[in-house]
Amino acid sequence: MSPQKSNTAVGQSAELKPGLVGLAEDWSSDQRAFKNVPWGKAMMWIFLLSDTFIFSVFLIGYMTARMSTAVDWPPVSEIFALSFGGDPIPLVLIAIMTFILITSSGTMVLAVNYGYRKDRKKTTILLLITALMGASFVGMQALEWSKLISDGVRPWENPFGASQFGSAFFMITGFHGFHVSVGVVFLLLIARKVWRGDYDTEKKGFFTSQKGNYEIVETMGLYWHFVDLVWVFIFAFFYLW
Amino acid sequence: MSNGAIEDTQVIPAAEIEEVELYHAHSFITKWVFSQDAKIIAIQYSTTAILIGLVGLVLSWLMRLQLGYPDTFSFIDPESYLQYVTMHGMIMVVYLLTALFLGGFGNYLIPLMVGARDMVFPYLNMLSFWTYLLATLILTASFFVPGGATGAGWTLYPPQAISEGTPGINGGIILMLVSLTFFIIGFTMGGLNYVVTVLQARTRGMSLMRMPLTVWGIFVATILALLAFPALLVASIMMTFDKLLGTSFFMPEMLIQGEIGPNENGSPLLFQHLFWFFGHPEVYIVALPAFGVVSDIISTHARKNIFGYRMMVWAIVGIGGLSFIVWAHHMYVSGMNPYFGFFFATTTLIIAVPTALKLYNWVFTLYKGNIHLTIPMLFCVAFILTFLNGGITGLFLGNVVVDIPLSDTMFVVAHFHMVMGIAPVLVIFAAIYHWFPLMSGRFLNEFWGQVHFWVTFLGSYLVYFPMHYLGFVGVPRRYYEIGETSFVPESAATLNEFITIMVLIVGVAQIIFIINIIMSIFNGKLAGKNPWKATTLEWQTETTPPGHGNFGKELPICYRWAYEYSPPGVKTDFVPQNLAPDKIK
Repeated sequence: MSPQKSNTAVGQSAELKPGLVGLAEDWSSDQRAFKNVPWGKAMMWIFLLSDTFIFSVFLIGYMTARMSTAVDWPPVSEIFALSFGGDPIPLVLIAIMTFILITSSGTMVLAVNYGYRKDRKKTTILLLITALMGASFVGMQALEWSKLISDGVRPWENPFGASQFGSAFFMITGFHGFHVSVGVVFLLLIARKVWRGDYDTEKKGFFTSQKGNYEIVETMGLYWHFVDLVWVFIFAFFYLW
Repeated sequence: MSNGAIEDTQVIPAAEIEEVELYHAHSFITKWVFSQDAKIIAIQYSTTAILIGLVGLVLSWLMRLQLGYPDTFSFIDPESYLQYVTMHGMIMVVYLLTALFLGGFGNYLIPLMVGARDMVFPYLNMLSFWTYLLATLILTASFFVPGGATGAGWTLYPPQAISEGTPGINGGIILMLVSLTFFIIGFTMGGLNYVVTVLQARTRGMSLMRMPLTVWGIFVATILALLAFPALLVASIMMTFDKLLGTSFFMPEMLIQGEIGPNENGSPLLFQHLFWFFGHPEVYIVALPAFGVVSDIISTHARKNIFGYRMMVWAIVGIGGLSFIVWAHHMYVSGMNPYFGFFFATTTLIIAVPTALKLYNWVFTLYKGNIHLTIPMLFCVAFILTFLNGGITGLFLGNVVVDIPLSDTMFVVAHFHMVMGIAPVLVIFAAIYHWFPLMSGRFLNEFWGQVHFWVTFLGSYLVYFPMHYLGFVGVPRRYYEIGETSFVPESAATLNEFITIMVLIVGVAQIIFIINIIMSIFNGKLAGKNPWKATTLEWQTETTPPGHGNFGKELPICYRWAYEYSPPGVKTDFVPQNLAPDKIK
């Protein structure tokens, strides 16, 4: 949803000065505090700031629960281990999942790059690859959930130790998985629009009646990288602690 | 033509961005119902907020009837009394004040005051309202489910909020939590709009330090809300899971009717921290827009520039920042570490510094001003007094040793209502009387406005001053009835009765106000263009009320700050922000 036609200046180009002087000048100027930043991108940054608070509160809640419970915390390296015939390998599934999600950030960056070059074909393919990786991440998360559930872990009870383990794990990975799923849906929608050439023909959006452009790919990218970054923290706090 | 602090623009800056094509509605439904125009959305937000606020008002009458005349009304039993307390608090704080200041005034005034045609994302803005409406309907629905609305107190503290014995633990509390979740989602959609519009969509010449303080107040409050609501969202989700899935985030091991409950090791204190991490910034989410509105209104009606504009801006920003590190002063009685209490008491008292600065600046703005005692002005002066009152009792409660004995008494109720009930509501009235001519093209009736003001102002003091005293003698809050105690004198009952009568009288004044609004939409005195002779851009539109796209063909250019009242050497006593320097007479 980027209603702006172009981010280039009309009449006068916004010259950007480096450093603190530039920052002070931008903020004391008229019209825009962030020069040459389209509305959609500014909105996404502010939304991500708010979302950061949501995830932070989730993780702080999890840490509080973990520290205040009197029951032992379950041995995470044993619970999150998978066996392929031989001895169980700790954290193997989660390592693959993390690898895939981080890699998808790479394909997303390429998609943004090709988007600004208006290379519709490559942008579409890269967006689809990113979406596919995101979907496989969610799929593997479902696999991990089902393994935990078959081991008897529930949100309200946990045979290996404190019940808060199950509650916090399902809630926080679920909330993150929800973010990834929403991201996948939007990646697919944007891929479709790029493929159809909506951003070249300036077709109006179905809901918003506003013209879009390739900046939306970058805005989408911000969200996607954020979801990856949050995963790094969830990974560290749940699997490595 | 310079005021010394903020210079006029000499060079007209070029437009940095092309204008965005507006969404033009073609049918009745897209124009008036599913509207994407911020002004219509603002009126939808305000109407919904005021309607649900009337529900909250009626609940307060019911509460007071019980307190003033215990053992009289058979339809008020202890359960329903607790439900009134809870729903009154939640409705007033979140669904009325937050929605009205940010969704209502924010939507109407931000684009107009910064010189934009609309919010940056009109479609998202529309979704924001409809999500808010959904949240309000879910909240209203909770009155009608079996067991009724929740009676957990507006803070919804677990474990009692979801444990046997509290009213509304079957449907009420769940609907409350779901409704809050929707409210936060809806607010986030709107809030992103307000922030980005202020940061990125101002008109030429409108620098941040030329924005009217109303915009500053709403802007900083929105940022606070975007960062504070996440804590409430997460707390709501966790409590919903505790209730529905049987998790133990907040639920400790408990004996329930002689048997050990299913939960173990949850932390009720965690909820208190999350709730108040939201709850304290929430006070300023309501107060900061009120500060801004008051500054603009007293400046306009005293025909004098605001005293210390830059300090006012930095005070707003400073209060906003400080409001995130004071939350645990609501939790002194939870038995926290004394060092912890010391820290929060200190930060709480520090907040008094920028707040007092604002009060002084308002008074200095009035000092030697050409004060017009119009109704908006009367309400603003009343606000300044009331906020001072509430602020001073806040200093009492900010100290741990004073707070602990007072915490569970009516003193807290009186303090809170002075500072966060009456004070912002007085500003809302001031703002409605001030901007009604802009929204409808007509004045509100002056006589009934005077009646409304004096009854509301004097009446609310007669309600809350005695309540401070009740608190000192130890009358507890949230009690269905006090009964006979060794320490509360019998005269407290008489005082309670008096308060109840005053509450009903003040309530009638609000009904008069609502009738005044409805009558004036059709029959009010025509206001014409810029009736208050204000400088800000919302009054400089081509038509009053402003039409679709706010301004005419060209967006206004801002040449100066918003407070050029009574400048020396100028014939008219004000210079609008968009009047070119060579056109000043």
